[in-house]
Amino acid sequence: MSDKKTETTAKTHIEGNNALSFSAPSQVDQEKRNFLITATACTGAIGAAAAAVPFIGSMLPSERAKAAGAPVEIDISKIKPGEMMLEEWRGQPVWILNRTDEMTADLAKHNDQLADPDCKVAQQPEYCKNANRAIKPNMAVMVGLCTHLGCSPQKKLEAGGDMGENWTGGFFCPCHGSKFDLAGRVFKGSPAPTNLVVPPHQYLTETTLLIGVDAEEA
Amino acid sequence: MKKLFLVLIVLPSILIVQMAVANEVKIGVTAPIDASDHASLQRGAKAFINNCLNCHSANYMRYNRLQDIGLTAKQIKDNLLFAGEKVGDTMTVAMNPKDAKKWFGVVPPDLSVEVRARGADWVYAYMRGFYRDETTPTGWNNIVFDKVAMPHVLYELQGEQILNHETHKLELVKPGKLSPSEYNAYIGDLTNYMAFMAEPGKQQRQQLGWWVLLFLGVMLVLARKLKAEYWKDIKKGND
Amino acid sequence: MAQDKTTEKVVETTGIVDWVDKRFPLTSNIKAHLTEYYAPKNFNFWYFFGSLALLVLVMQIATGIFLTMHYKPSAAEAFASVEYIMRDVFGGNIIRYMHSTGASMFFVVVYLHMFRGLIYGSYRNPRELIWLFGVGIFLCLMGEAFFGYLLPWGQMSYWGAQVIVNLFATIPLIGPDISEWLRGDYLVSDATLNRFFAFHVIALPLVILGLVMSHLIALHEVGSNNPDGVEIKAKKDKATGIPLDGIPFHPYYTVKDMVGVAVFLIVFATIMFFAPEMGGYFLEANNFIPADPLKTPAHIAPVWYFTPYYSILRAVPPIGISQFPGVAAMGLSVMIFALLPWLDRSPVKSIRYRGSLYKKWLTAFVVSFLVLGYLGTVPSNIWGQFGPWLAGADRATVVARIFTVVYFAFFILMPWYSAKDKTKPVPERVTH
Repeated sequence: MSDKKTETTAKTHIEGNNALSFSAPSQVDQEKRNFLITATACTGAIGAAAAAVPFIGSMLPSERAKAAGAPVEIDISKIKPGEMMLEEWRGQPVWILNRTDEMTADLAKHNDQLADPDCKVAQQPEYCKNANRAIKPNMAVMVGLCTHLGCSPQKKLEAGGDMGENWTGGFFCPCHGSKFDLAGRVFKGSPAPTNLVVPPHQYLTETTLLIGVDAEEA
Repeated sequence: MKKLFLVLIVLPSILIVQMAVANEVKIGVTAPIDASDHASLQRGAKAFINNCLNCHSANYMRYNRLQDIGLTAKQIKDNLLFAGEKVGDTMTVAMNPKDAKKWFGVVPPDLSVEVRARGADWVYAYMRGFYRDETTPTGWNNIVFDKVAMPHVLYELQGEQILNHETHKLELVKPGKLSPSEYNAYIGDLTNYMAFMAEPGKQQRQQLGWWVLLFLGVMLVLARKLKAEYWKDIKKGND
Repeated sequence: MAQDKTTEKVVETTGIVDWVDKRFPLTSNIKAHLTEYYAPKNFNFWYFFGSLALLVLVMQIATGIFLTMHYKPSAAEAFASVEYIMRDVFGGNIIRYMHSTGASMFFVVVYLHMFRGLIYGSYRNPRELIWLFGVGIFLCLMGEAFFGYLLPWGQMSYWGAQVIVNLFATIPLIGPDISEWLRGDYLVSDATLNRFFAFHVIALPLVILGLVMSHLIALHEVGSNNPDGVEIKAKKDKATGIPLDGIPFHPYYTVKDMVGVAVFLIVFATIMFFAPEMGGYFLEANNFIPADPLKTPAHIAPVWYFTPYYSILRAVPPIGISQFPGVAAMGLSVMIFALLPWLDRSPVKSIRYRGSLYKKWLTAFVVSFLVLGYLGTVPSNIWGQFGPWLAGADRATVVARIFTVVYFAFFILMPWYSAKDKTKPVPERVTH
């Protein structure tokens, strides 16, 4: 036993009834101790991490939230060319715009005025990263929330009007004046940084649209 | 001191056994519950949805939870859902509670946790315990639920029973589409399903329990070693 | 060597620790309550339950916080929201079962902790305040359990609350007004549920935390008792002032308590994962039926940890038409624990050095507590009736009355029998 390491351990040498009840361990013991402490601490940490899983996981969207946010089936046969339908998916407004052929053709004409005409920023699924941002060329599906601060833009589908002479049809956000074209692409100079989001969607039949899930997932 | 500890150990044990015995509801039958028998659970789910769900709801049970008993989302959708329902929906009932009260005198209770409230054995006995009784409004009575408001929905399958008042046993007087053993199996599946539905997470919880116990076992061994190591420092006695 | 290591560590982190220490008593508190808090070296099995109670308290608070995120304290939604937690919330069933199992295990641990105090005289001078804080914690815990039990809004929740709130109505004169005020309605209702929720999740937990702090501060002021009931501070090392029979709480009792924690968690996990209803005693079957103000379940009994007092309530006969004596006896049966430090006149603290008279009384008390606890779970006609010679009285009620008398006699006669008891000589130092 080592002596006079510290005041306390020194006292352990006093004989008989007056000795303290504890004494410092030997060098060998200390190594074993360190090993055991490490092992216990690591095991305990693993246990604590595992125990945290249900607690942290409980804050994720529940089955009810998931069910409420489940994919939505929409019959699009009633949307006439040039008209738009408003649907709700995960509590968000989703626009389904049936563009006329003319509207679709006009999309390519103002590329120079757009912030991201080629949809480089991933605001749409891969299968919509095309000139029309759509699976069916005329059928635009997008989340109707401005990418600036989340207001829902107003539809200004007609060219001109109160939007000025150069307006070719699109959406105008009343909050901070962001402007989008009929494919949801943002015009340069708008506060909104990116194009409108295109949600994952697919066509189950010619006239049934399913919003919320990609084709390969279903 | 020793006597006291004896009291402390023996008396509670006796009382706990007493309590367990007293707590056991005397039904006389044991429901064939097997949470791992997916085929039985699936048959039971179908029986439940086809028969019970017309009047009773299971408002806390989502259809997609049936994936836990081996059904796929597509199977659920094609075989068990009515038009317009989604797999994520709960098992609601279309019947208006006010109408139900008018027709049956009571609103049929939600069955989500029925097995936890009544016990599986009770449900098993109840579904087999209907007998003809002309004194009740429905013409049916039940051996485990006297003057029950519910009519015997499955009488076409089971047939008609009467109660022999001398032996106090049920006797089948008019056979149904199923033989008695087939009917028992049918109700067994239904009860099995209702037991699953009462707590869908039960199997998973118990499996997790073994891992937790395994981990705690390791923790105990380590803690004991650590304690023994440190307590080498402590001198026994005081001399 | 252990000392060496600490010194080294301090050297490594001088900067931060030193910075903190100049602004907050970090090191001095760690020393005062852990590394240089000297506890008797002869703690046995019974001394695990204090730290275990603290563990359960932490678990109840943690699980409670996460349950509150999903639970809805309204009569229309409460029952459904509990099932929502059980089914739709990820990990919700684990958290809920931890909380429900924890509630019962809290009482298991606290009862054993109190029993330890009883047998080793931990309530005696100079530890009366520790004991009083403890009784306060126990009372709050009972309130916490009672308020919490209403929240699932099942049949047992509802009718349990109904019965307990109506107990207050038996108080002469002001009783009916008090119970109406407690409910905030003419029957247990949405208003009652909402306020019970407030009491359960914030009011009582705060009080309990404050009392637990006080309990520990008082304990560390006077030092822990031990199975010998010897004051270790009486024999100190002359140079260091360390009690000769004392050892630093950390690391010795921290590592020892870890063993206790591991064993406790094994028991806890076994119940929680494999028998969370515990045969209907932790979660009652009737509580899986939503509250129905028009229909009382056939047999209602409180949760097991309240049953001894409930038995006393039922056992005491009414005076005239007033049920108040039973209610008063029940209240007294809990509160009387607070008087223990002044009822016990024995020259020794620990049961090890007491005579057979005290042991007999203690055994009688334990038996009556357990039998009363059992009788509280069953209907009073369970054992049938006596013949006409006792006017056909329920056997169980008569037994409950006898044991109620024994229960109170243990306390009331204590000044007499504890003083009269033949004691054995107490050693100067702890035995190990």
